[in-house]
Formats: sequence, structure tokens, C-alpha cells
Amino acid sequence: MASSETALAAGQRPRGLAPFLRSQMRNIAPFLTLIFLSAFFAFASPSFATLDNLGNILTQVSVTGIIAVGLTFVILCAEIDLSIAGIANVTGIAVAYFTLQESYVNIANIPLPGAAAILLAIALCALLGLVNALGLTVIGIPSFIMTLAMMQIAAGISALLVRGQIAYKVPSLITTLGSGSIGGIPWIVIVAAIMLLGGHLVLTYTRFGRYVYMVGGNREAAEYSGLNVKLILGAVMVISAVCSGIGGMLGVAHFGSAQQNEFDTYLLDSIAAVVVGGTSLFGGRGGIGNTIVGLFVLGVLNNGLDHVNIDSFLKILIRGLILLAALIINVYAQRLREKAAE
Amino acid sequence: MREDRSPILELLGITKSFGGVEALRGVDFALSPGEIHGLVGENGAGKSTLMKIIAGVHSEFSGRFLIDGKETHFRSARDAHAAGIAMVHQELSVAPDLTVAENVFLGNQPTNRFGLVQWRRMAREAGEQLARFGIDVDPMSRLGDLPIGLQQLIEIARVLFSGARIVILDEPTSALSPPEVERLFATLRRLREEGTAIVFISHFIEDILLVSDTVTVFRNGRKVAETASAATSKGALIEAMIGRGGEALEHSYTDDLMLPRPSDSSVVLKVDQLSLARSLKDISFEARAGEVLGIYGFMGCGQQELSRILFGKLKPDGGTLAVDGTPKTFASTAAARRAGVALVPESRRDMLFHQEPVYKNISISILDRISSLLLKPAQERDIARRQVEQLQIRPPVVGLDLGMLSGGNQQKVALAKWLTYPPKLLVLCEPTRGMDVGAKNDVINIVRDLRAKGLAVIVLSTEPETVLSLADRILVLKRGALVREFKNEPVSKDRLLEAA
Repeated sequence: MASSETALAAGQRPRGLAPFLRSQMRNIAPFLTLIFLSAFFAFASPSFATLDNLGNILTQVSVTGIIAVGLTFVILCAEIDLSIAGIANVTGIAVAYFTLQESYVNIANIPLPGAAAILLAIALCALLGLVNALGLTVIGIPSFIMTLAMMQIAAGISALLVRGQIAYKVPSLITTLGSGSIGGIPWIVIVAAIMLLGGHLVLTYTRFGRYVYMVGGNREAAEYSGLNVKLILGAVMVISAVCSGIGGMLGVAHFGSAQQNEFDTYLLDSIAAVVVGGTSLFGGRGGIGNTIVGLFVLGVLNNGLDHVNIDSFLKILIRGLILLAALIINVYAQRLREKAAE
Repeated sequence: MREDRSPILELLGITKSFGGVEALRGVDFALSPGEIHGLVGENGAGKSTLMKIIAGVHSEFSGRFLIDGKETHFRSARDAHAAGIAMVHQELSVAPDLTVAENVFLGNQPTNRFGLVQWRRMAREAGEQLARFGIDVDPMSRLGDLPIGLQQLIEIARVLFSGARIVILDEPTSALSPPEVERLFATLRRLREEGTAIVFISHFIEDILLVSDTVTVFRNGRKVAETASAATSKGALIEAMIGRGGEALEHSYTDDLMLPRPSDSSVVLKVDQLSLARSLKDISFEARAGEVLGIYGFMGCGQQELSRILFGKLKPDGGTLAVDGTPKTFASTAAARRAGVALVPESRRDMLFHQEPVYKNISISILDRISSLLLKPAQERDIARRQVEQLQIRPPVVGLDLGMLSGGNQQKVALAKWLTYPPKLLVLCEPTRGMDVGAKNDVINIVRDLRAKGLAVIVLSTEPETVLSLADRILVLKRGALVREFKNEPVSKDRLLEAA
């Protein structure tokens, strides 16, 4: 009985390879891009395709990866979070602010035990995420504008905390996770991998994850199904902020310093990783798997461009063009899928 | 009537399948200029699919497609449009935030030689066009502020006057009042005189017989009959549609129907002096367990708003709600669901996830009942399979994307979401709109089953037949106020219309 039904189900699937490929375009295109870029750089530079360099790439995308976990939730809900880099920065600065600094650091900070510093920093980013959530759901400010304001607020808090100075010390746990390694593998890579895996498990196997996809797929229908849409949207904004905060703390340890505007490039990188990976900007499609592919595309691109002899100013333009191409594919894949579903 | 002119459109041996399910099998169809061609068939019989092929919406199919005797293949709706084919879809597709005039001229606004829109000219011409159709509205008012029936008429008017040679109307009369239907028919007849070919799809067989020259009947993706309207009857068509004797299925409800004695079972919902801005005034009523309460009224009488308030989607300005005697103020639809209230709105689009499989659509409202943290997909599929079997949803494949189902089957999925763990109160808006006889009957039986199980059911409809076929007690809503209650007394379509 069960087997006959599965056979039937298989028979009822869109027939042929072409429709299948078309409906899977969003997943295939980023993967092909990754393979193409890797092959290109491997061919262009002998130093690219080495185990050492793979380690480099992994380390280089780790902070982006941690931030992108939360952002994937947000974009799956068809919202956006522009405050991720700002929150990462302020959380990194906060954890240093609550740590005893060397005497030459001229910041009027409040040294606390390491655990307290970490908890306070996480509380701070969660609080900022909560403000985003309330602005979006209770007041009804579009997330684009709300998080734009939060980006500025976070930058403002950062500025007040460090006042143009640089702090260096963070709690030892953070130092280890950010810049230490175990058995040759950097801790930061392990943390990023665990968080990506956790995000994937939550999205795929939990009720909350299903709700995220459904709210992104059709918000009106989610509401008519009796889901608490505002609660779900609020939750993803907080998740995003906390992921950003963790990325910020580890990032500060990784770079060895905490200062203003340290994470500015991570806003674009994180959004790019999610979108290049193929998660739909219209919500409801994609996931952490896509984000991982997107991270590798970005990582390979950034790293590979360093291995080939290329004008470093041209690199910026190339990155922009790759992002544009990914956006085109993203929108196009959505259209193909809608057509396939007709 | 139909003369022996060469067909403007000819389809030969059309076959189309969705995900392996054949929606059309070897269908021939021809259309002549100056002909109104009626199409009837149950939901999923293939009418809409065939029309979407003609309108260029579905571009992949097998068979021959000839226009003016020439082999043609449309790749998009735009191609079809260029060839003079226009279609009004079953679901309203207007731009509610634009003005009436902008909607009428959507896509070809009149411009001056600098390419700027000529607003005054556009408003004037839109007003004139609509006046020809008997619609008197300010062309500069926002379309979304008008009642749904009027919006639909405006959309139809836009298509009819677009200069198309072939016009396809899919279920155009379901949201229209009787005088509006008359106006539509008069316009269709005039266009027929001018040589336009019109395809008219409807579940209202009287309408089809009244206005069309030829009728084609579909069943299970095949064309089973084509006859001159004058040479057939409603009974014969219904029989061809469902393939069995159909006399008993379609009541006309012109005779008096006796409502039962009011139930004295427990009060599930008590509504007291509910009011909302200009839409609702001092609404008070009760719904009891094991009772179907019908609320009838014309389009825009406040039904929609009332249903939204009951499900926590809209907040009333005043008044109270009590479920099982406990006062409730629903902060969200989630709160209403927890209190045991369920709603099936009139628009499937609002209720369903078209890009998700059927089983996820069915399980979404009950996930918290079957899983606390982790999903249980196997159980979800089991539940969905049971519902699909019980409601006879076709095709019976729970893994299929919802968008691949026909309209009537989607409607059943919308109902199925609430049936695994029945709520205390089920609010149904237009539960049988756009459905064929067979599916309507299925829904009626489902609702009766639920009543027998002790649910309180509220059916809100603008179709007297829907309310009459389901309700034990009927309230009439007129301009936001309850004006009449029918209980334990004879009621008929005439009496309802009179009260409203």
C-alpha cells in the first residue's frame, strides 16, 4: 500500500530532466558558479588549490558564515536585516569593554569576569535584535528601514564605548574561540560549522523552521492558518542579531582588536553569501545549504583574486559584478519555479 | 445565431498534463466569430486549463493550435494578447491601489507626444467606457475601495473593451448581483453582434443556457458533448457533466424550505454589540453547538469584516465576543485558533501555500498538536492522506505542489486544514463559490458531518443557494446591520432577497 503510493508519487512528479533542472535552478546555479570559480583559480594559480589554502578560505569566511546563519532566517521570511554588521561591531566592542585592558588603553571601561562580559555582550545584541523585532512587528516599520536605523544606533553605541580608541583584550574563552585552534583546525571554523549545522537542523527539522518557510512563502496564508506571524518575524530578528553578536565577538578576537567600523564589509558579504547561495529574496525558498555554497563562492572569489595577479582595485568591481549575476539568477530562478508550479 | 463561417480559432487533439496528471486528453475545440460559446464541467474537468492554453498562459502542450487557419504557438500571454485574445481569470487580478481609470487603461494609458500620461483624457474615456457597461463610478477613485462585485465588473469591462477578437470569461458572474449579471449579458450580446468570439465558463448552468449559442461539456479532461444551447436543457447538461442522474443535486430553492426548530444546545459563540467603523453596527447573535448558522447579505454588507473579527484578523471598535462563555479579545489569529475558532476565507490565495506540497498545506494549522519541537513528516503525510481520501481531493498525491491542483480541489484543501482537530467554531466564507455541482455537494456533506459532530458552523455567503443549502438558521446582514432572522419558519430565495 505504502510502496504503491510512493510509486504513484514518483510517477506524478514532473517528468523528464529539464523541468526538474528548471525547478532546481536556484540550487544548481550557485554550485556551478563555485565549481567554475574553483577550477578557474586552480588553473590560474598553482598556490590556490592546496590544503593550506583551503584552510585559509575556511578561516576567512568563518565570521561571515556565523553572521549569515541568522540572516538566512531573516531572508527566508522575506525580510532583511541591515544592522548585522553594526550589531556585530557593537557586541565585539562591548565584550572588550567589560574586559580588563592593558594600562596603555585609554578607555574608561568596566572590567568584569569573563563570563559576565560574554553574557552582557550577548544580552546587548539580543536586546538590539528585540528592538528590531518590536519596530518591525508592533510598530510596523518595514525591516529595511528599521534595521537601517539600528545600524546607525549600533554604530553610535560603539562610538560612545570606545571613543575613537582601540581595545585589545577580550575574555580568554573568546580569545581561544576566535584565534586559537585545536588539532590544526581553527576554533572559529569549528564554531561557524556548528552554527551553520544548528541553523540547518532548526530550519529543516523543527516546527519553528517550518513556520519560517511558511511565513516567507505566503504571509497572508500563514496568518489565516492561525500562525503567530509577528512572533515568528520577531524571533528571526532576534536570532539574526544574536548570530551577528557572536560573529562580532569572535571576529574581534580573530582580528586582535576592537574598534569602530571594523565590520563594515561584513554587511554586504553576509547578504551576498545568502543571496548568491540561492535563497530567495522573496522568501520561502533556500536555506543554510544554499548559504554555505554562497559562502564558498565568496570565499573562493576573495581568496582566489589574491592568488592571481590582478589590480586590487579591480577586485572590488569584480565582486560587484558577481553579486549582480547572482541576483539575476535569484530572480530568474524564482520565475522559473513559479512557471513550473503552474 | 451561428452561421457557417470559418472558425477564428481551432484546436485539434490538445493534450496537457501537470506533473504526470493529464488535465486534457485529445480535446478538439473550435470558435467562430460572433459566437458565445459556453463551457461547463466539474472542477478539474479541464475547462480552465484549455482556456489558459488559448490565452497563452500554458505554453507547453501537445496538439495543433490554429488561428485564422494558420498554425500558431503562443509562448506567453503577451503573444496571445497580440493575436487579439483576452481573458478574465477566475481570481480577480486588478491593481487595488490604482484608480479605476488606471485599471481600465492598465498597460496602455493614453499619453501625449512627450510620453506623459494624459490623466484627464484617461479619466474621461474610462468613465465613458464604464458607462456603456452601466457602471457609474468616479474614475479617479481608488479601485480597492469599491465592493468586490464592482471591481470584478470593472475588470471584465476592461477586457471586453480592449478590442480583443476572442474574449474568454472564466466564471465571471460568481461575485455579481442579478442586475449586474443582466448588464454583463447585454454587453456580451452586443459584442457578439460586432463579431467578437466569446467563451463563457460558468457553474451557473441557467446563465450558460441564457447567453450562449453553443455549449461544450467537459468531464475528466475530455470533451463529452457539444450542442446548440437551444437544443439542450439543464438536466441534460448536468447529466453529461457528472455522468449520472443529476436532478436531485441541483435545488433551485425557489420554493419554500422549512427551517428546523432552533437548537437549544450550548452557546459556543456569543457576539454582543459588535461594531466596526462604517462596516458593522451593533451586531449581536449567538452560534450554538451542532448548528449551522447562515449569514446572508449582498456584496459589501459587512460579512467579510465580521468573519475577520471572529478570527482575530481585524479588531472591532466596540462590542464583545465570548467563546464557550469566556469573554475573548483576540490579539491575533493565533489567539483565535487557540480559542477553537477556524476560518476559511473566500479567497484561496489568501489561505494556501501554492509552492508547497499539499501535505504541508494541510498540516500547517495543526503542527503544534502533532509535534512539540521536531517535525514528524511521516505523521503529517498520514494525516494529509486521510483528509485527501475523506474529501476526495484529486489527484490524491499529498506530495504534489498545491499550485498543481484545480481550484475546487484547492478549496477542499483549505477546508481540510481545519478538520483533523475540529475547532469549536468553524467560520466559512463563500464555501462553495466557483464550485461545480459535485464539489458543492461534497462540501455540503462535509459541513453536515461537522454539525453532527457538534461543531458550531457559521456560513457567510452572498449566494442565497449556499446559505439555503446549509443553514439551520439564517441571519440577514444589510449595510452592516442584522435586519432579519429566519428560524423555525419557511424560507426561500425570494424571501431572503427581499429581506436583504
